[in-house]
Amino acid sequence: MTDPALTDPALTDPALTDRATAWTPDQPIVAIKDVHKSFGDLEVLKGVSLEVRKGEVVCIIGPSGSGKSTLIRCINALTDIQGGSITVEGQEVHAKNLDKLALRKKVGMVFQQYNLFPHKTALQNVMMAPIKVLKEDRSEVEGRARALLRKVRLEGKEDSYPGELSGGQQQRVAIARSLAMRPDIMLFDEVTAALDPETVKEVLVTIKDLAREGMTCILVTHEMGFAREIADHIYFTDRGVIVEHGPPATFFDQASDPRTREFLSQIL
Amino acid sequence: MLGFEDFFRELAAEHPRWNFIYFYDEKQAGRILAGLWMTVKLSVACVLLSVVIGVVGAWLQGTSNRLLKAVVQGYIQFFRNTPPLVQLLFFYFALGQFTPTYSPDGWLQTPIISNVGWAIISLSFFAGAFNVEIFRAGIEAVPESTREASESLGMTRTQTYTEVVFPLALRVSIPALNNNLVNLVKTTTQAYAIAVPELLYESVSVWNDFPSAQNPVMLLLFVVYILLVGVLVLGMNRWERRMRIPGYGQ
Ligand SMILES: Nc1ncnc2c1ncn2[C@@H]1O[C@H](COP(=O)(O)OP(=O)(O)OP(=O)(O)O)[C@@H](O)[C@H]1O
Ligand SMILES: [Mg+2]
Repeated sequence: MTDPALTDPALTDPALTDRATAWTPDQPIVAIKDVHKSFGDLEVLKGVSLEVRKGEVVCIIGPSGSGKSTLIRCINALTDIQGGSITVEGQEVHAKNLDKLALRKKVGMVFQQYNLFPHKTALQNVMMAPIKVLKEDRSEVEGRARALLRKVRLEGKEDSYPGELSGGQQQRVAIARSLAMRPDIMLFDEVTAALDPETVKEVLVTIKDLAREGMTCILVTHEMGFAREIADHIYFTDRGVIVEHGPPATFFDQASDPRTREFLSQIL
Repeated sequence: MLGFEDFFRELAAEHPRWNFIYFYDEKQAGRILAGLWMTVKLSVACVLLSVVIGVVGAWLQGTSNRLLKAVVQGYIQFFRNTPPLVQLLFFYFALGQFTPTYSPDGWLQTPIISNVGWAIISLSFFAGAFNVEIFRAGIEAVPESTREASESLGMTRTQTYTEVVFPLALRVSIPALNNNLVNLVKTTTQAYAIAVPELLYESVSVWNDFPSAQNPVMLLLFVVYILLVGVLVLGMNRWERRMRIPGYGQ
């Protein structure tokens, strides 16, 4: 057998798959190693590596089509990978016997287009997964959902349907909906890209609150000022590779790669 | 003052082609009512069964099992591209031969599926084929991203289908479903061909016995079907309105 997925010891050795239990918070909570991903002939990720520690805020920036969304979607197994490894709390995400449910309890995701359930009110959107997935008690979930909606400053909008909310409000419901699952890690994929400038701020404030409380966040964003302010580490991707990374101060002021400098000069 | 019944008796005497027999002859009125009741039962049964077939078929088409998908596709092509009347005759006469029989009185053999049963099966599968397509279109109208959001919250495929995809697909499907069910109710008249005693069958037997009643009975047929379909459309519209999501769609 030559299939690397079958011979990779991380995937087949039970002692190694059990690392999930052995994971300790001083190890990276998300570890991406040499990930390759293609859509047909198009290679979108060409060996990407990245590490995130618990409580860290990591921003991924880069030109359109460079594979940022694809990378972030690999972390919660919305897409598969052809090579490399991704672990979340020590558990290999692309193992054949992956417990998707366990993974998705740990990893929350917020999308550019909000993707709320349009037939459910804001409150119902937030309550659905804890009731259906975690099988938690309805009244307890409701209390938590209301508290979360308050936290994202949407008090009074509990009974509104997504279609009755502004983009920024919908996005905050989507954040509350993810938080209701009490994830350890939050993924944000250009969550302000579809919003008008005035409402961008209210969503960024919500994310900033989360980051301050110690939530591990991986964000794809085009908001450079925001990235500079909240990120612990910034990764710059271009054409499927990570060109450069570093803490914001060094990244923004001393970028060495010409591609990064060109990108920053266009944006800033 | 002339009584209601006497009025129609006299009308029949004066105008021999306008014998509104069901207004004064209790026995004929009873036949028409029995036919109407059968039509209502037939319609309700076929509507419900065809919707179930549509939901199950659309769900099967969404699975990854190729064989199942091919079977559903074959079913749709067959029932959509052949006349319902021919299907009805085929079910009753061809398949009916092979149905097991039982003997309630020890003398005669009765097939376990009666002609009414065959009419329900045949018409439901006919309308069901269209319903599969209607629901499938509705399911395809639900954005992939909505499904992904549900799955990224840890919902299983089945939960995503029942909690998110289907409720949204249903709303998209209602107008087309409405049309198909109206057609179905009208098509129940074809059960006439296998002697199901529904409204058309009873009406024809009444005017065979009383040729003078033909025009009034036909008139009645039109009025009753307009009312019957009207009730269905009213019900569907009310349902559609109740399902409407504020701020969604229009
Ligand atoms: N499902 C898919 N099938 C085929 N190609 C895809 C698919 N998803 C993404 N791609 C391609 O992969 C490349 C990277 O896409 P991706 O969405 O990851 O980029 P991105 O960095 O998020 O860009 P943007 O900033 O515009 O969101 C693009 O060329 C895109 O066309
Ligand atoms: Mg993207």
